[in-house]
Amino acid sequence: MVKASPPPAAAGERDLRLDLFRGVALWLIFLDHIPENIANWFTIRNYGFSDATEIFIFISGYTAAFVYGRAMRERGFVLSSARILRRAWQIYVAHIFLFTIFMAEIAYVAATFNNPLYAEEMNILDFLKQPDVTIFQALLLKFKPVNMDVLPLYIVLLLLFPPALFLLLRQPNLALAGSAVVYAFAWKLDWNLPAYPNGVWFFNPFAWQLLFVFGAWCALGGAHRLAGVLRSHIVLAIAIVYLVFAFAITLTWHFESLDRFVPGWLADWMYPIDKTNLDVLRFTHFLALAAVTVRFVPRDWPGLKAPVLQPAIRCGQHSLEIFCLGVFLAFAGQFIIAQSSGGPLLQTAVSVLGILLMIATANLISWYKSIEGRSSSSRVKTPDADLAGGEA
Amino acid sequence: MRFIFAMVAAMALVSGVAAAEPEPDCSVPESLIPAEVDLTRAASEIKDRHRLDITVVGSGSSVLSGPDGARFAYPAQLEQALKERLPGYEIKVTAHIEPRLITADMAANIPKLLAADQPALVIWQAGTADALLGVEPEEFRTSLDQGLDAIAAAKADAILMNMQYSPRTETMLSVTQYADVMRWVTEQRGIVLFDRLAIMRYWSDEGTFDLYSATNGYAMARRVHECIGRALAAQIVNAGHLDAGTETTR
Repeated sequence: MVKASPPPAAAGERDLRLDLFRGVALWLIFLDHIPENIANWFTIRNYGFSDATEIFIFISGYTAAFVYGRAMRERGFVLSSARILRRAWQIYVAHIFLFTIFMAEIAYVAATFNNPLYAEEMNILDFLKQPDVTIFQALLLKFKPVNMDVLPLYIVLLLLFPPALFLLLRQPNLALAGSAVVYAFAWKLDWNLPAYPNGVWFFNPFAWQLLFVFGAWCALGGAHRLAGVLRSHIVLAIAIVYLVFAFAITLTWHFESLDRFVPGWLADWMYPIDKTNLDVLRFTHFLALAAVTVRFVPRDWPGLKAPVLQPAIRCGQHSLEIFCLGVFLAFAGQFIIAQSSGGPLLQTAVSVLGILLMIATANLISWYKSIEGRSSSSRVKTPDADLAGGEA
Repeated sequence: MRFIFAMVAAMALVSGVAAAEPEPDCSVPESLIPAEVDLTRAASEIKDRHRLDITVVGSGSSVLSGPDGARFAYPAQLEQALKERLPGYEIKVTAHIEPRLITADMAANIPKLLAADQPALVIWQAGTADALLGVEPEEFRTSLDQGLDAIAAAKADAILMNMQYSPRTETMLSVTQYADVMRWVTEQRGIVLFDRLAIMRYWSDEGTFDLYSATNGYAMARRVHECIGRALAAQIVNAGHLDAGTETTR
């Protein structure tokens, strides 16, 4: 997460905490994407305002600046921009691949599911009647099935990243202020991208860019500048108080009888807590979480080398592949649970098996990359995003 | 659970319908049938005029398909259940169901429907069509407020009903966002939310109904609607405090 040590340009070595927490975030996103799942009681969205998406986007901004910032300094704007856009393209292809799997699942359900109780809900399959429009809208990133909103957000953030990075390298504070202004305008003027067949993007890129740019700002020396603030006991106390407050509020969501303890004026002011536009309450909750985490998990924390954390770190290091796999496994897991009308036992089994598959795949990718890296060692080694100990 | 069964049995005895047709085993915990919010207009209608006129406004999930669909859907079942629970009172449920109608269109229709029906209570089922079309949640909220304003202007009580629990379509159709808006609106306005989503999820968890099933025919759909009608009746009796003499059922 936020680093309290010298800026990466000097440190050079990758902060394993980023991989660790991104890996954990990927697991949590997987669990949250299975709607009927007893295991998603463990995910952080049940204990506060923000959830794994915030962690994922922040760390993605951080690593993007870490990897491409160095490239931009060393090789110039054009080449680094080209690499950023290539990354955006890879993510786009991954997204379309997932969409294809989703279509196959939908088509299967359409062919087999016929329950008169759900005649209205089955209208969701209407789009199969006009695949020309639907597929085209999906290619334009306007039609996004449930749980497929994160990658399009990531694509848009990367497309806009080259100029942002350019400014971040020269006037980091100005860039961060500009990002905050865009965020404010998105709220004030209802900026968002249109979706198909109706409405707007579930993750508003104009709002969520703030977290991405903030991550990048931290990577490019901002965390170093914040180190003093993060060492303050007052900041720690405020962060902990806020986390406890958020936890208390989320408790009232799960136990309705507690609802009456939330005063009316507070509810009026607080609700709805808007995920689409990255509500300030969510953003500050993430900041508080990050501040506390950085405090208790320093960069050189010996635990980062512990074998038990290596699976999460591995997953975090191959985030795109593992994210896509997670989305697919969530589809598949939900499908299995639905087919067998599964109870808590099956849900737990599917959750554990899914995470094990994610870990196995991450290990496989690491192994393959290390083999490939050795055989091509004669070549001049370019600092590639994929080999920088992880990805942007 | 046993406590609730006992209550249901006690209530059936008091209202003298113990010998009537066997009840489907689909009781609902009291936490899902809240009684904190009062249905004052409905209560005064029962007390003063010995009658209750209810209008149901809804989309496709308020009806079953086929020529007999309306007869077995929950509005008709609600009327039946209320008649059983409130013998001697005149109960009339009028349903205005139009598949695929989004909340904005229903809200626009409501004043006209209320002028015709003059109900004391409106049950408004909404959300599914909006989720299907991806209506902006903010717009959805505005429409709900507009419709509820119209119901309040007609001096009728309102119960907002959310979506069905549909585990099979959950990966394709996300209703949580809309369900959250409905919860928020009802809390803001201090009206009753009939949490169909939670109630059906409870039945699914308890094994009352296999809602995952791909091809269960009309029999289960009818039973689910019958149970929704009964739960709605319980909700109305609870929130309207219409069960004088059986106060313990609260």
